[in-house]
Amino acid sequence: MQETNIIYHYDGSFDGCICCVFDAFYRRENPMKILSKEERQVTLFPVHEVQTDFFHAKRVLNALYEKVSPKVVRFIEEGFLSCEPEKEKLILETIRRAFRDGANVLNNLTDDSVGKLYRAVKFLKNETHLLCGFVRFSEQNHILCAVISPKNRVLPLLAPHFCRRYPEEHFLIYDKTHQEAVIYQPYESILIPLENFQAFPADEEEKNFRALWKCFYDTIAIEGRLNPKCRMNHMPKRYWSHLTELQEQTENFNDENSEKTLSLKKISES
Amino acid sequence: MTTMEKLKILTDAAKYDVACTSSGVDRSGKKGGLGSTQFSGICHSFAADGRCISLLKVLYTNFCICDCKYCVNRRSNDVKRASFTPRELAELTIGFYKRNYIEGLFLSSGIIKNPDYTCEQMLKVLELLREEYHFRGYIHVKAIPGADDQLLKKLGMLADRMSVNIELPSEESLNRLCPDKNRKAIFHPMGLISGGIQVHTKELVQYRYAPKFVPAGQSTQMIIGATKDTDYQILNLAESLYQKYQLKRVFFSAYVPVAENALLPPLQTKPPLLREHRLYQADWLLRYYGFEARELLDQEHPQFNPVIDPKCNWALQHMNFFPVEVNCADYHTLLRVPGVGPKSAKAILQARRAATLDFTGLKKLGVVLKRAQYFLTCSGRIIDGLRVTPDIVLRNLISQQGIELLKTEEPPEQLSFFSPTESFEQIRQLMPIRIRG
Repeated sequence: MQETNIIYHYDGSFDGCICCVFDAFYRRENPMKILSKEERQVTLFPVHEVQTDFFHAKRVLNALYEKVSPKVVRFIEEGFLSCEPEKEKLILETIRRAFRDGANVLNNLTDDSVGKLYRAVKFLKNETHLLCGFVRFSEQNHILCAVISPKNRVLPLLAPHFCRRYPEEHFLIYDKTHQEAVIYQPYESILIPLENFQAFPADEEEKNFRALWKCFYDTIAIEGRLNPKCRMNHMPKRYWSHLTELQEQTENFNDENSEKTLSLKKISES
Repeated sequence: MTTMEKLKILTDAAKYDVACTSSGVDRSGKKGGLGSTQFSGICHSFAADGRCISLLKVLYTNFCICDCKYCVNRRSNDVKRASFTPRELAELTIGFYKRNYIEGLFLSSGIIKNPDYTCEQMLKVLELLREEYHFRGYIHVKAIPGADDQLLKKLGMLADRMSVNIELPSEESLNRLCPDKNRKAIFHPMGLISGGIQVHTKELVQYRYAPKFVPAGQSTQMIIGATKDTDYQILNLAESLYQKYQLKRVFFSAYVPVAENALLPPLQTKPPLLREHRLYQADWLLRYYGFEARELLDQEHPQFNPVIDPKCNWALQHMNFFPVEVNCADYHTLLRVPGVGPKSAKAILQARRAATLDFTGLKKLGVVLKRAQYFLTCSGRIIDGLRVTPDIVLRNLISQQGIELLKTEEPPEQLSFFSPTESFEQIRQLMPIRIRG
């Protein structure tokens, strides 16, 4: 379909994104750009403000679910969590093709839009898997806290793993990039937006465990086989800032700007 | 002695153990428990040598009654000795696990007093973890050769994976370097474990909640380069272990010199990392690509070629098998193409259900064409503008590592682009291509 000279603005939510699809079908347009709240800028092109309507989004998703396949809905949801800059347009294109080709659309990996979204989802899943290992908790007052800064919005996929793993613990994982956190207490979890989270300073026991872990990490490598490049391939440097074993001091590496402290207590109350 | 000192000594003593995988069993978390496992395994960190850290890999103790020549913990070696208590080790594991440092525990041990006593101590740690701390994470435990069958079975009920070290590839080498061990004693527990797994699998058919025995299977490891055994012997041994004992993995560990001994390579020998790499490549070909050991090596060519990987080597000798047509070849045929692995092959199968594939499409799928382009056709055509001469093909099949190797062994001008026929001959001499009769 020919591109229309129009830009869509939406509120940045998943429903909002699906409403863009609804509007594009309804108005028979193919917007040149779909921008979220954060991305929008002054432009000379005509702009259409997409109103987020829960029922519109539901109509699109239900149709996909029933007429095409539940797998496609899942694929779209995961695509939205990815860090692909043009994900909204790719989602629109993928949904168009899904209504045309049916469930086979997911195999069409050589298609420009579907393939690109597929690779974005793959990156999201890879990062989630890596973070299953790279998350580092600190225990404070019997609450486990961790900070991550992933490129993709991994928390919705990452949280179930840790909820299953630590059913009896209280924990919090804070995503610094997307400013949201998942909080868990036996047996319920919640995903909330959260700004400027700051962990407590480490107590003696915590410091001791960090030191033990660092000692283990430094000892386990064999000097005769040192291979920094191989390590970097498996564990890219952007994850290092949150890894206990790679910090010079094991004390409070997560606390950078202590003025903006939002203590844990406040969160647990809210 | 503090826990910190013990941890340092016992980690240092365990670091030459290779296996650190946490794969092979899916177990969800449970109310009241701590931990879960994932079938694919999870790497939690990577050490400075690039090896994955997934489990807390320590020895229970590094006191040992054995005197294996290549081992840091041999009784004649003057090193600091230490020993955990079961409680101490269990608490350390739980503390690390809660902070998501590790996926579980890898417990091995030197032999104190006798194999049975050692086994009992290890059993205590596992019992504490599983029964008192309700730990549901991964546990890999080393079976101690010579220990009582009942003890080994008990260990197997608590652990996810067990392994017995073969130590060295042949009986002759073992007798020479490990006077206190014999090959029979090593294979006995291996047989016991694989027998136990089979019995368990049968029981599981009858009762859904039959107790699990070593659910993630068993593995083993051997040292490469400390003795004169050839790649051909080693690979055949690995293959027979996979078939006979249903092992999940055979690990190879390049020998890092730790002791001066007339029977061992001299201390300044570098670990044969490239050889280890080639063996692992071949091991993957056995386990995931449907190759057999006899296809890769034979008696006349008992060693892998250092400059070219085993799969490319096979392909060069079976040019009649190629080219493979991307749009209709089956999975196993695709897997034989150099540069195409399980991921690429599956992506090709998936994508061609929706559209006919061409070379641009392959690139979009993420198939790396550097090597594969010489062995593939898309709808009967090879890639546009591809020049195929033996020299160019060979150049592209040699890995970067191989090129480095050629450079260091010979004067640099012999790899010059302006004398291609000459350099081709050079490579050819280094790479004895087998001709099948």
